[in-house]
Amino acid sequence: MTPETIDRIFIIWKHWLLSYAPAGVQPLFSALLSVVPVLAVFPLLFAITTVLERKGLGRIQNRYGPNRVGPYGFFQPIADGVKSLTKEDVVPRTADQVVHFLAPLLLVAAAFLAYAVLPVGRNMVVANLNAGVLFFFAVGSLVELAVFMAGWSSRNKYSLLGAMRAIAQMISYEVPLVLASVVVIMAAGSLSTVTIVNMQASYTGIWPHWFVFTPWGFVGFVLFMIAATAEANRSPFDLPEGESEIVAGYYIEYSGFKFALFFLGEYLGMFATSGMAITLFLGGWAAPFSFLTWVPSYFWFFAKLLVLIAGFIWVRGTLPRLRMDQLMNFAWKFMLPMTLLNIFVAGAWHFMAAGSVRWLVCAVLIFAPSVLLALGLEKGKKKIAARTYRFAE
Amino acid sequence: MLGEGIVKGLAETARNFLGSYVSKDRLTTVQYPEERLPQIEAARNFPFLVYDGEDWQQGMRCVSCLICEKECPPKCISIEKSKDKKLDASGKPQFYPTVFNIDVSVCMSCQICVEVCPFDAIKMDVDFELSTKDRFGDLLWNKERLSKSNEYYRKIHPTEAAAVDAQLAEERAKLEAKSKLAAEAKAAAAAAPAQSASGVTAEK
Repeated sequence: MTPETIDRIFIIWKHWLLSYAPAGVQPLFSALLSVVPVLAVFPLLFAITTVLERKGLGRIQNRYGPNRVGPYGFFQPIADGVKSLTKEDVVPRTADQVVHFLAPLLLVAAAFLAYAVLPVGRNMVVANLNAGVLFFFAVGSLVELAVFMAGWSSRNKYSLLGAMRAIAQMISYEVPLVLASVVVIMAAGSLSTVTIVNMQASYTGIWPHWFVFTPWGFVGFVLFMIAATAEANRSPFDLPEGESEIVAGYYIEYSGFKFALFFLGEYLGMFATSGMAITLFLGGWAAPFSFLTWVPSYFWFFAKLLVLIAGFIWVRGTLPRLRMDQLMNFAWKFMLPMTLLNIFVAGAWHFMAAGSVRWLVCAVLIFAPSVLLALGLEKGKKKIAARTYRFAE
Repeated sequence: MLGEGIVKGLAETARNFLGSYVSKDRLTTVQYPEERLPQIEAARNFPFLVYDGEDWQQGMRCVSCLICEKECPPKCISIEKSKDKKLDASGKPQFYPTVFNIDVSVCMSCQICVEVCPFDAIKMDVDFELSTKDRFGDLLWNKERLSKSNEYYRKIHPTEAAAVDAQLAEERAKLEAKSKLAAEAKAAAAAAPAQSASGVTAEK
């Protein structure tokens, strides 16, 4: 088999399977064949990620992590799945039964919808919408609705508090998330994810044309990832479920498989935003060097995804949770001005002649304001003086 | 500078992560069923009944005085006193418990029974793996199951057992000396009446 065949293997299989369907149902069958792998692969990735995350966090804290179920503990997700399926499903008597039931389903459905526009390989995308990026963010904001449904319908003050925090946080960080991706749309001149990836899949010498290798692309990527962390409610932005403050936030009243669905939805959302970051900034399925293009494209997509997931785990193992005011200050006083500035820098980059002058100007345009904004964040802070004990003299 | 602390923290966690694969010293977890820490001598968990010699029924030190049963705060000990007496290990006739039960699930490992026992008959064991699948039968330990030899006691708590043994030996020696004295006195008394009787008669 040539590398091209291996690269196209899933498409070949799809067409082969499709040839068995009668002509009338072929469009439906084709859609089904595109969707089912997504429904299978990403939950599997979720299962693998949970165990990798627990092991990684363990190692960061000098522990072993799960190592009992199966070889090196890698069957732990199966045990967890059996456990959550056999658990009692408790619904509070005063809860809004219908909404309480629908919230986790909506969350998972919204998370899955986002995968429709992610190109996981060359010619491997469920739907090549010409407004793909827009569709992605529109569907992503459905998650907020699901979260609020969960918080509101549970009739519990902690879940309502958690939902309120989640809404405030997600809306605040959605603005920088979208604005950070605007630079890519400007550069690519298209909202289609497939076009954006195709633009990055060319090389100068051995080096790829990923948007992350430009000043505005790098800053956009960093800002996008910060906002994505907040969107996924992950540490250090995990205030909505802050265990030590509001027990479990909006899913306090969920048990058994509904809780597992929330967990799944949250991780799927994280993978989807990571996948979007890969598509927008890291060249999607494109190989990192020109001499590695023989490796199948889907391999590169998932390799990059795993790298980003490892980054998420690393950050989670490192940073403590923010305070609500720190979270909001960071969103509105740092992230938002930086993304707006980044759009301006991307414009400047576009109109300047290629060369080192362009690099220097753009780097200064980004670096100086970021330092100033950081100082601005520090300004309101009270300096903590050494505590004095007057009575103990 | 914004982010400096974050970078430092990330470096620290990366060091931990990689270090845990390189050096075993970082991982302080003892993987329990396979690995165990050495037992410390002061460890204690659940009481057992000490017996001397080979036969647990013959050598049982417990004389069924019921003090531990009364003192036990959660009331997990139940004893039935015997009607007859039997010879204990030192050859003295004593009462003995016909029934001596301790409920594992009720015992709170406070060691009060051990402290109140005047006969050093009940001591604390170090065995902590007492969980069982039969919650009704296996959690109520009877006399036979509670009995463990003095050798076992010496093994798990050497210092304490040596002190107890020395004290018991001293008591036994005192008792023997006393009984010897008593026997001598008895013998002397048995011999004396004849003498004194003859003396009296002689005086008269």
